[in-house]
Amino acid sequence: MSKPFLSIENLTQIYPDGQGGDLTVFENANFGIEKGEFVVILGHSGCGKSTIMNILAGLAEPTSGVVKMDGFEVSGPSLDRGVVFQNYSLLPWLSSLKNVSFGVAARYKDWSKQKVLEHSKKFLAMVGLEGDVIHRKPSQLSGGMRQRVSIARAFANEPKLLLLDEPFGALDALTRGTIQDELLKIWGGTEQTVFMITHDIDEAILLADRILLMTNGPYAQVAESVEITIPRPRSRTEIVEHPNYYAIRNHLVQFLGQRSKELAGKREGETPKAPETIRIDKTGSEEDPVPSAPLRAVNT
Amino acid sequence: MFDNLSVNQRAAVLSVVMLVVGLLIWEAAIPAQKAAAELTEYERLTGGGAPKAGVPPPSQVIAKAWEQLSNPFYDAGPNDKGIGIQIGYSIYRVLTGYIMAALIAIPLGFLIGMSQVAYKAFNPFIQVLRPISPLAWMPLALFIIQDSEASAIFVIFICSIWPMLLNTAFGVANVRQDWVNVARTHELGYLKTAFTVILPAAAPTIVTGMRISIGIAWLVIVAAEMLVGGTGIGYYVWNEWNNLDLTSVIFSILMIGVVGMILDLAFGALQRAVAYVE
Ligand SMILES: Nc1ncnc2c1ncn2[C@@H]1O[C@H](COP(=O)(O)OP(=O)(O)OP(=O)(O)O)[C@@H](O)[C@H]1O
Ligand SMILES: [Mg+2]
Repeated sequence: MSKPFLSIENLTQIYPDGQGGDLTVFENANFGIEKGEFVVILGHSGCGKSTIMNILAGLAEPTSGVVKMDGFEVSGPSLDRGVVFQNYSLLPWLSSLKNVSFGVAARYKDWSKQKVLEHSKKFLAMVGLEGDVIHRKPSQLSGGMRQRVSIARAFANEPKLLLLDEPFGALDALTRGTIQDELLKIWGGTEQTVFMITHDIDEAILLADRILLMTNGPYAQVAESVEITIPRPRSRTEIVEHPNYYAIRNHLVQFLGQRSKELAGKREGETPKAPETIRIDKTGSEEDPVPSAPLRAVNT
Repeated sequence: MFDNLSVNQRAAVLSVVMLVVGLLIWEAAIPAQKAAAELTEYERLTGGGAPKAGVPPPSQVIAKAWEQLSNPFYDAGPNDKGIGIQIGYSIYRVLTGYIMAALIAIPLGFLIGMSQVAYKAFNPFIQVLRPISPLAWMPLALFIIQDSEASAIFVIFICSIWPMLLNTAFGVANVRQDWVNVARTHELGYLKTAFTVILPAAAPTIVTGMRISIGIAWLVIVAAEMLVGGTGIGYYVWNEWNNLDLTSVIFSILMIGVVGMILDLAFGALQRAVAYVE
């Protein structure tokens, strides 16, 4: 099988633990993401999700291992990989609009000022920010508004790969829903590949093609890759009625509640290990959801 | 009666009251002083009856201020120039030395702040040079430069460089990594990052350094001009002291304070302009 669009090979991250020793956050992580895929990663706090994301973004160097995108090794950040940071990372001295437009101007260097502004406003409007709000500085916005500006900034650059670190964490349920829909709309209309971190299981099921499950750290592993066998387009109200929904949800809850701890700290040794592919599909048969043989090899 | 005034208005009223009371006490204290100095027989014999220099009352200082400020730019020879001209000389020297210092300190501070190696390499020199009283440089400057005017400017240069250098380096070194990461993910070049991210992020710290520097420069110019002489507000104070014209001395002390305050206010405004809330 050909290499996936994004492949993560033997990724290991070791930090000093602050007491003179080493802290191995994860070791020999291997997984791949196909072009156009929407992948969500779930795991407990501190297991290393943001660390993986920073490496994918090219902002951090792993202790060992490589990340390849389109066959090229990722070395350093690039406009092809847009990031929504966990803490928004807006520039506080710029207005919301400028926070978006400076990125657009960096991406599309030959555009006129007018075009850059229009493009930026379009994406701000997509996340529900219009009118005089866009001329305010981040400190004059609510947490949710800031997060939306940060989302608009990443989307407006139309990167090949979008890296989202808990992008909806500070939003209320209602706004969260609207922006999830917007995200799906933007993603559906493009060739974009999305890699997203979240703590919200329902959000993960709604959005993802595939959910990667991480065990707890240290020595965290990307243990499973769960396919979301619910057809698109999905809507929040309808997916819960799909026969696969609760089966998948239960599997995820069970993993995060129990197995992530049981598997934690178990070193797999030096052998690189791809996550086990789980496919739960109750639409055909009435079988119980059992971890089946990999139906879709992820990284070969 | 104060209840319906804002905090600022009440403070202003209180300030005026304090000023008036202070001036009245001063004014009232002067004749008392004279009375205490009742001439004795001996003093009369030794010429104590001649007009004697004493601390002038505020009314005289105000009259002097009125006279000086109504014609601040007259020039009647080397020892008799208007207060405006003297202050103009001082400000010119301060700004020349200060701007030269800024032109060196800010770019250099930027480089030092960007590189840990440079930070550590420069640090010992800065630590040794910084605590030297700027006036201690004066003899060396006079000897090397051989020009009193340029030496005064050099002293301003050397005293205003350190706060700007240190603050710039500190501000640049402590720009939040998140913001630098934003620049990196947008593939901004080195210069673009410096000007669009690091400079605005460090600007409040840099301007604080600039504000400290201008304050020090204004303190130092008065002393420097007392030493080098010729022109300037520092020389003016010293000259009036030699003339035993205490009214002019007090008036020029007040002018030094006012100009210092205006310089500080200007930098305060600049500080507000570059400030941001995280
Ligand atoms: N620069 C660093 N130096 C040392 N240890 C670090 C560093 N960055 C992260 N860690 C450690 O690595 C582990 C993973 O951190 P990371 O931020 O990736 O977690 P996370 O999965 O994103 O958690 P959360 O869901 O809370 O955001 C944590 O134990 C953290 O203490
Ligand atoms: Mg995180």
